[in-house]
Amino acid sequence: MSSRTFPPEKRSENPEISPQRSSKRELRGFRTDTQHGRGLRTLSIATVAAIPIALALVFFYAPIEAEEGFLQKIFYLHVPLAIVTLCGFVLGGLMAIMHLRTRERNWDLRSYVAIHMSLIFGVGTLITGSIWARGSWGHWWVWSEPTLVSFLIIMLLYATYQPLRFAIEDPERQARYASVFAIVAGAFVPLNFLAVRLSTEYLHPRVLGSSSNLPAKMAFTFFVSLVAVALLFATLCSYELTAKRTRMLLKARSRILGFR
Amino acid sequence: MSAVSERPPAGSDTRRPRASPPGIAATVGALLRKELLVELRTLESVPGMSLFAVTTFVVFHFALNQNTVSGDEAAGILWVTLLFAAMLGVNRLFVADQDQGGFDAFLLAPVDRSAMLLAKALALFAYLAVLELVAVPAFGLLLLAPPLGQTLPDLLLVLVLADLGIAVIGTLVAALAVQTRARDLLGPLLALPLLVPIVIGAARASSPLLVLAHPAEVGGPPIRWLATLALYDLVFGLIAYAVFDFLLED
Repeated sequence: MSSRTFPPEKRSENPEISPQRSSKRELRGFRTDTQHGRGLRTLSIATVAAIPIALALVFFYAPIEAEEGFLQKIFYLHVPLAIVTLCGFVLGGLMAIMHLRTRERNWDLRSYVAIHMSLIFGVGTLITGSIWARGSWGHWWVWSEPTLVSFLIIMLLYATYQPLRFAIEDPERQARYASVFAIVAGAFVPLNFLAVRLSTEYLHPRVLGSSSNLPAKMAFTFFVSLVAVALLFATLCSYELTAKRTRMLLKARSRILGFR
Repeated sequence: MSAVSERPPAGSDTRRPRASPPGIAATVGALLRKELLVELRTLESVPGMSLFAVTTFVVFHFALNQNTVSGDEAAGILWVTLLFAAMLGVNRLFVADQDQGGFDAFLLAPVDRSAMLLAKALALFAYLAVLELVAVPAFGLLLLAPPLGQTLPDLLLVLVLADLGIAVIGTLVAALAVQTRARDLLGPLLALPLLVPIVIGAARASSPLLVLAHPAEVGGPPIRWLATLALYDLVFGLIAYAVFDFLLED
């Protein structure tokens, strides 16, 4: 099984985890990936087109909200970021299920990249959410907002993904344990939202997250922003995947040629 | 030290004819017996956990500068203390198996892997029960303002439901963390966010039991929070059952 040879991402702090297995076998596992980078250009162009369109809609098309004014426009960045982050976490869990079922290291790599990118987007969500809370309620942090609190708990849990992963030396076990973590954490995401929502008594009357009561112009802008952020996520993920695969391929090839 | 030998004790089931491997109940029984026997002989976890809890109550007394607590505050102190004391047990749960080959011995046996999860979770549940046998009366004696007696049956229900969740999540996290280099650090880091819903449920369910009021006015624990706890236990039990086997293959 070539799944045993998945070399983890090269990290300076643990150089000992690069596997000393048969390089030829390793290369054979990559043969299917030699056309990687497919669709990267299309995705990039779509993202580069979608983000200015979304921004233009946000600033020139969407009406100024009556109650909050200009500040409400951060909604078009914050909520799509949050949605994409949570979907990325759950997606990482689903990919981890695929990894445990098929034992293909590609699934583990995908799961890793999805969670890694979601963590970065999640930091963006927390920062934009904090700015919004400050502008709207006067505090940088509000405990009565269940979505914000659940999001923080989820981020704290996922912050341990990389420490856990890179504290395991054996590459095969590393992938397996990371997948187990990704599945458990992915299932925890909706559960945690439920529990935290139960614990707060809906202190604030406004429900800005739901698009059901949005005017049509706002809903359209929101939808376009969501698509743009999702495209950005997909593009960054596929760039990272391509970079990782290329690096692994390069390492395997240079090992065959005897450079190390 | 022969006390920490990892072999299941030679019970009656090992002397059966070898044609059929032992069932899951027999396996869980053997593993649980071994677990409790090891703990009884080494006393590695439970006394430390109990002592930690009592010391933490003393620390809370000085840190909060209060002689008695009640209501939300009491529930918070009780659950933070129990949670952190539980972390000590979680951290030690698989260490002996990892260091002394218990995993290998278990994997060699032709038994269901899930038996390990069940046995370890039951053992952790037993540790938590003993911990609370010490910690809850100590809490009533040292810090709690209302008398403990009248609310004890209701509080027991909350404790059991929360302990089930802590036992399942603790076992899962301990099995994840024990194979890493920084296991003492990663165990609590992984467990605490996963246990936040348990803390929410347990603290909200027990705070109305710990208010300073006339005995007749003290209501039962809110059904909503008991249901939340039970549901969370159930869901995480299923998740742990689904993924635990993957932690045990080598």
